[in-house]
Amino acid sequence: MYVYDEYDQRIIEDRVKQFGDQTRRYLEGELSEEEFRPLRLQNGLYIQRFAPMLRVAVPYGQLTARQARMLAKIARHYDKGYAHISTRQNVQYNWPALEDVPQILAELATVQMHAIQTSGNCLRNVTTDQFAGVAADELIDPRPWCEIVRQWTTFHPEFAYLPRKFKIAVNGSRSDRAAIEVHDIGLEPVYNAAGELGFRVLVGGGLGRTPVVGAFINEFLPWQDLLSYLDAILRVYNRYGRRDNKYKARIKILVKALTAEVFAAKVEAEMAHLRGGPTTLTEAEVERVAKHFVDPAYLPLTDQSAELAALDAEHPGFARWRARNVQPHKRPGYAAVTLSLKPTGVAPGDVTDKQLDAIADFAERYSFGELRTSHEQNIILADVEQRQLHALWLEAREQGFATPNVGLLTDIICCPGGDFCSLANAKSIPIAESIQRRFDDLDYLFDIGEVDLNISGCMNACGHHHVGHIGILGVDKKGEEFYQVSLGGNAARNASLGKILGPSFAQGEMADVIEKLINVYVESRTEDERFIDTYQRIGIEPFKERVYAANH
Amino acid sequence: MQRIIKNGEVVDETWHLLPKDASFNELTNCDDYIVPLALWREHAHALKARDGGLGVWLDSDEEAEEIGEHVADFKVIALNFPAFTDGRSYSNARLLRDRYGYTGELRAIGDVLRDQLFYLQRCGFDAFALRPDKDPVEALQSLQDFSVTYQAAADQPLPLFRRRQ
Repeated sequence: MYVYDEYDQRIIEDRVKQFGDQTRRYLEGELSEEEFRPLRLQNGLYIQRFAPMLRVAVPYGQLTARQARMLAKIARHYDKGYAHISTRQNVQYNWPALEDVPQILAELATVQMHAIQTSGNCLRNVTTDQFAGVAADELIDPRPWCEIVRQWTTFHPEFAYLPRKFKIAVNGSRSDRAAIEVHDIGLEPVYNAAGELGFRVLVGGGLGRTPVVGAFINEFLPWQDLLSYLDAILRVYNRYGRRDNKYKARIKILVKALTAEVFAAKVEAEMAHLRGGPTTLTEAEVERVAKHFVDPAYLPLTDQSAELAALDAEHPGFARWRARNVQPHKRPGYAAVTLSLKPTGVAPGDVTDKQLDAIADFAERYSFGELRTSHEQNIILADVEQRQLHALWLEAREQGFATPNVGLLTDIICCPGGDFCSLANAKSIPIAESIQRRFDDLDYLFDIGEVDLNISGCMNACGHHHVGHIGILGVDKKGEEFYQVSLGGNAARNASLGKILGPSFAQGEMADVIEKLINVYVESRTEDERFIDTYQRIGIEPFKERVYAANH
Repeated sequence: MQRIIKNGEVVDETWHLLPKDASFNELTNCDDYIVPLALWREHAHALKARDGGLGVWLDSDEEAEEIGEHVADFKVIALNFPAFTDGRSYSNARLLRDRYGYTGELRAIGDVLRDQLFYLQRCGFDAFALRPDKDPVEALQSLQDFSVTYQAAADQPLPLFRRRQ
């Protein structure tokens, strides 16, 4: 976990002061709504349906127990006792008072946290794999690189007023759990023939109104050039990205318009000036940052396969939980545990102040005092001893975190939707709940297997519906809330975007529609085929026929 | 008379900022003018031959490259912000300072507000003509918003990682 030095700390404290003064001037009428808007957005503050929404940064999903307790305290004192994990690994509060926000930021700064650039047309929070540093298939630990990029993004003077928001993701593994192909910039490590580390660089991916899988424009960027290259990409985008239409302002539109080759050439032309300049990364800096991410004091343990199998036999609930919510770890005798924030009846990703405190306790007692958030809106304890899994399971069950559904149909990614968000066309949380209720039989849920179901309440796509195996999008039809279904999306390597099934459905029909889709899969699948595999083999037609035939 | 911020102080404005459609015939020989890019394109030679000071201004969709080779001809280069949220002039400023080695006055004009001054200064602006309804004296404070910065920029040639102790 990165620990601030006095420079990092001063920067966020300066920000607290700056934003306190800006808020005061706004409340006193010195700053107009229009002038204040970008300022508050760059501190994660939206004006929402009922109250402002404050989005707190969780850089690349990493938290300490102490920070989790602060998040709990803020939920308790400034909100209605809960918080929400967003699809960018951040934490959102739906009910703070505008006047309180400078004080909330001051409290956050005491635990090295902030809300910088979590919103607005600027460089946003950097995201990565929730299993960074512990995944067995990791080439490099992406976290030091995320931190280096985070510092570069923080108050970058040239890129604070971009045409539109800008999201960077870093992957460190063979598989891609960071969904880099649907980011404005995606980075992943690669070694050249000489064994030197570099990055493959993708640009122009993104969801939203015009979902695009990005294009790799550089197959080997020497690590030393990483920040200069980011400067080059952002400069081209800042200068030439469209500003006349906010729906065409993302970098993906520019890359499409120019073609990836021409865009890459423009970046290369910038690099000709920037390469070798002062922003060239040094080994000393990479080492300084990487020191914060060395392995914790792992014990020399062995895998507990037999012992765990015996516990499985004794406790079917534990077996289920272990099958879904426990992930392999690079060290023998350890495991990564996902605490599911998707029990039926709770808005996906919501967590109460008491639960946050409990999570902090779990982190201290089971996982070296650290935890992570995931873009699937769950919490991860990354370093749990296998011999402690059963004890943790018992405790997690008490707190409502042990729903054994990670990666299954009811582990739904879902934006706050029309219940909270003023952009939404439709509610999303009640749809998630109706589907969770329909599929609450665990045997059936396990039999269906891995399905990514993602729900967005509008085409801004915060719920990543385009890349759900099943995607649901809330649409407005003559003032009524309807839902469009798409199939076949995938956020992992060789990402793909879902295809629209057909005309949209009313809210009350949605659980039936999903059930019909699942039935087609269950009837058509061959052994070991996941939903997405069957879909790719048989295509969209059988699903379409079933859903619409029964409708008319 | 407009008051502008220059090198951290509020001073009286002495230059005439000409609108986009200004014509060469309107100019006197001795006054100091900041002319639109189009006028400079057409009359560069004659403009240089005048006795008064010469400045040029670029709109946010005009490119620093156009004047890059000629920056030594100008005492003032002004970059316009049609809206304070239009960030293109930040990049033009960096190019003029870092790439073309411009050392004269670099002025922000248009929708210039105090809460952007810190970033503007980092990108190489040393003069700010705030929007007329804003008080430049109060705005001076915002030049001190941050005491530490991470990136290399026009005001600090080294990124923090090369300066950390």
